[in-house]
Amino acid sequence: MANDIKTIAEKRKEWEARLSATTSKFPERPVRFSTLSDMEVPLLCTPDDLENVGFDFERDLGFPGEFPYTRGVQYNMYRGKLWTMRQFAGFSSPTETNKRFKLLLEQGQTGLSTAFDMPTLMGYDCDSPKAMGEVGKCGVSVSSIEDMEELFEGIPLGDVTTSMTINGPAIVILAMYYAMAEKRGVPREKVKGTLQNDILKEYIAQKEWLFPIAPAVKCVIDTIEYGTKHYPNWNTVSISGYHIREAGATAVQELAFTLADGMAYVEESIKRGMDVDEFAPRLSFFFDVHNDFFEEIAKFRAARRIWARMMKDRYGAKSPKSWMLRTHAQTAGVSLTAQQPMNNVVRVAIQAMAGVLGGVNSLHTNSMDETLALPTDEAVMVALRTQQVIAEESGVANYADPLGGSYLVEYLTKKVEDEALAYIKKIDEMGGMIKAVENGYPQAEIGNSAYHFQRQLEKKEKVMVGVNRYQAEEKKRAFDTLYIDRSVEKRQAERLHALKAKRDSAKVKQCLAVVKRAAEQNENLMPSIIEAVKHYSTLQEVCDTLRSVYGEYREEGKF
Amino acid sequence: MSQTTMTPAQRNRIRVLIAKPGLDGHDRGAKVIARALRDAGFEVIYTGLHQTPEMIIQAAVQEDVHVIGISVLSGAHNALVPEVIKGIRAAGLNDTLVLVGGIIPEEDFEGLKAAGTAMVFTPGTALEDIINYIDKSAPSR
Repeated sequence: MANDIKTIAEKRKEWEARLSATTSKFPERPVRFSTLSDMEVPLLCTPDDLENVGFDFERDLGFPGEFPYTRGVQYNMYRGKLWTMRQFAGFSSPTETNKRFKLLLEQGQTGLSTAFDMPTLMGYDCDSPKAMGEVGKCGVSVSSIEDMEELFEGIPLGDVTTSMTINGPAIVILAMYYAMAEKRGVPREKVKGTLQNDILKEYIAQKEWLFPIAPAVKCVIDTIEYGTKHYPNWNTVSISGYHIREAGATAVQELAFTLADGMAYVEESIKRGMDVDEFAPRLSFFFDVHNDFFEEIAKFRAARRIWARMMKDRYGAKSPKSWMLRTHAQTAGVSLTAQQPMNNVVRVAIQAMAGVLGGVNSLHTNSMDETLALPTDEAVMVALRTQQVIAEESGVANYADPLGGSYLVEYLTKKVEDEALAYIKKIDEMGGMIKAVENGYPQAEIGNSAYHFQRQLEKKEKVMVGVNRYQAEEKKRAFDTLYIDRSVEKRQAERLHALKAKRDSAKVKQCLAVVKRAAEQNENLMPSIIEAVKHYSTLQEVCDTLRSVYGEYREEGKF
Repeated sequence: MSQTTMTPAQRNRIRVLIAKPGLDGHDRGAKVIARALRDAGFEVIYTGLHQTPEMIIQAAVQEDVHVIGISVLSGAHNALVPEVIKGIRAAGLNDTLVLVGGIIPEEDFEGLKAAGTAMVFTPGTALEDIINYIDKSAPSR
């Protein structure tokens, strides 16, 4: 077999000549062939392309379960354990969300994932004037440990892994979770789950912040330090590209900014005096899975490769567990359309498949109605079944990295990797990610990409089926959506007032004073916050105490 | 796509306030709209995030705006939008055109319109349609 690179390159040239001879008869469609992120891509890749980008089997690909983990972090991948099917849920009161959690567990879901409402995400109680109209709308309302206990009532905390998507006041919510587990007598090593706790991406993209950047990052490092010592199986930070992508970033920007955020937490933790191998194994990641099938697969593979090398070479990590990028993924909310919403089922299935072929460890599939409202039980079920069909029927879970070695996929992986590394280099030159975020660099890059994409849609250079092409006159919506009314707000506030009436308020005051002192003296806040929430200090009381020391973050209205 | 009705120079006199009320942090849409309107020739002011209705009312009065575009993706529109409209009308902005954009369930359109919203734009709306709408409907003062 003539498989040396030179021969292949020659054969390819010959083929290209024959190709151009046919294009007069079969011309290409008059569009620019690029990925969703507008990266120009080739029609075909051959082994000489890989040679040209310097691809090396042993160095760049290797084997599953081994450095640099391009092919996945487990040796036997999904043959050993399927990815965790984890549907993000949370709405209305803790009681209502608890019912959804139980439904999902009964239907075969293997982990929980909690969505909090806007007031909770911003560190306000349900009875705050700032919470007006927002209680229970985008997630569940949690103002005290009493709400937390209601939320997880009847759920075996030692057996289920729980993910909590919260960042600004994450340290307080985590304190409530730890305190609850302690009250229930769950051994600390059995407390398993993930706190999002990625504050940098809040300033970059999701915009639910409390304090200025420096003290906010300090709180994150406090949770890493405390968790490493006391809750060895808790993932302290879920470094998140999801929101960065949803805010309009390209795949490369998502990858680069997320990894740069992760690097900032690693550097800050090392500065705190921790050994990298002590805490790095508990860092996890969370990426978007968007529409462009191969670009997404390449992104996940490149992510693992870059992180492994960074951890080993730059930070001197010695434990393979520190090198592995373990990631959750969620299908792209922004890709869903309110127009012809049934089409969303198909988008989600394609995206989920890309996530699985990209080797993710955990997956959330969006529901078809999520662009209209929070999902109904029925819509959530279709989304979960989509994962189960992929896992049990499609056969893809039989293989470790089934697309590894594909000329195209390896070429794209390398390209995405190189472009992400170029961004990381730029951020290094700015003095690291914290500086870059303070200067608004990633924010501006994402804003430009979002605007560019919108312009492409307007010019129909990019197509959203049912939105800018193949539109149809639509009848009334084909399904019901979930509607949260404002009575939740009233009921939750009444519950909170009853709690405040019956708790020991002198003790609360005392606890909050201890939190304040810890903040002022720059101590780790975790122990004092755990104590405060145990005695029914509310979320806002703790956050206001911290705000009184740290101040609040404000962003100017640039666009 | 319909024909645009004004030239960028004609739009220059029209001041548009893009507002993000409440705790909602989803600002991708608001920023893209703000930029598109500015590129089309309008004078655009963006409030930034996490504004109370009072802050928005104050900004609207101060800039004497012709148009307010309120962006809400958190579900809090029924509580926040009427507050803003009540406030600007009370402050004498009688003809200011109020537009709402975001994740708004159809069943809420009527209530928002009854409260004084001229138009609700949901995801998938073309930028050009919004520009055309403002061209047609902004007060002529």
